[in-house]
Amino acid sequence: MSVTSLVACDSSFMIKSLYTFRIPGIDYDFSINTTHVAILLVSVFILVMAIIARIKINKVQATDTPGMFQNAIEIIVEMLGSMVEGIMGKNANRFVNYISTLFLFIIISNISGLFGLRPPTADYGITLALGLITFFLVQVNGIRKNGVKHFTALFQPIWFLFPINLIGEFAVPLSLSLRLFGNVMSGTVLMGLIYDLVNPYTVAYPAVLHAYFDLFSGCIQAYVFSMLTMVYVNDKIADD
Amino acid sequence: MNISGQEFIQAMSAIGAGIAMIAGVGPGVGQGIAAGHGASAVGRNPGAKSDITSTMLLGQAVAETTGLYGFAVAIILMFVKPFKG
Repeated sequence: MSVTSLVACDSSFMIKSLYTFRIPGIDYDFSINTTHVAILLVSVFILVMAIIARIKINKVQATDTPGMFQNAIEIIVEMLGSMVEGIMGKNANRFVNYISTLFLFIIISNISGLFGLRPPTADYGITLALGLITFFLVQVNGIRKNGVKHFTALFQPIWFLFPINLIGEFAVPLSLSLRLFGNVMSGTVLMGLIYDLVNPYTVAYPAVLHAYFDLFSGCIQAYVFSMLTMVYVNDKIADD
Repeated sequence: MNISGQEFIQAMSAIGAGIAMIAGVGPGVGQGIAAGHGASAVGRNPGAKSDITSTMLLGQAVAETTGLYGFAVAIILMFVKPFKG
């Protein structure tokens, strides 16, 4: 084995192109890759669960005993509601839908590594998009709440701190997206390397590592991402 | 053994990726300090355990960011190969 093949190893954790096509007039090979498939499956899963939950809840009578599924849905919704309420207080009603969607999407994306998908959040394109949504949410809410004072706040407490304040604003999406990407990607890389290392008939013990890298790390990062989004937005709209 | 220029660049990229991961020392120390203070806070006020735990985890996740910058550099050196020539 030469040095080249060792460094340039094409392990199972890289993004793979599944289907390549060209659009007439554009000199570029577009491709459907593993991220597209995984994000589609995750979205369809969330949608189907949401529709089933809605149908179930609509059918329920006040006198019925709640079943297993309804209990689970109620626990999830209540937990998300109290999480948003705890940080944002009386502004919680405006943001609880977006934050809950974000949380559920990130957590199911991170856990999807358990089911053999390549997690969509291990692609920088996805996490950067999520970070940019948070950035625009912060800026738009700041402008709506404070008007011109949103921009003059960049010159506080003294004018020559303007560049540092500006960098501070633009570091938000970068650090948010890199944190999520780095955590999920490091789990994916380590699991890929371990699966290359073990014999293909090994059954049980990589499961322990999955529990740490996918479940624990994934849940913590989903919590941190939605928590930081709420903190940044609440920073701009809170009453002084 | 003859090493071509291309192979030399790749070997140096691998060494650079290893050096970039020294960034992992800082978050390790920082998270340990945060966890230690979290433990002493729970010892002083066991009633506030859930609040302390969530604050500690949030702080640790933020402290981890610099280590992940090092990880991103290492991944780029190993797999994106910017110096391929």
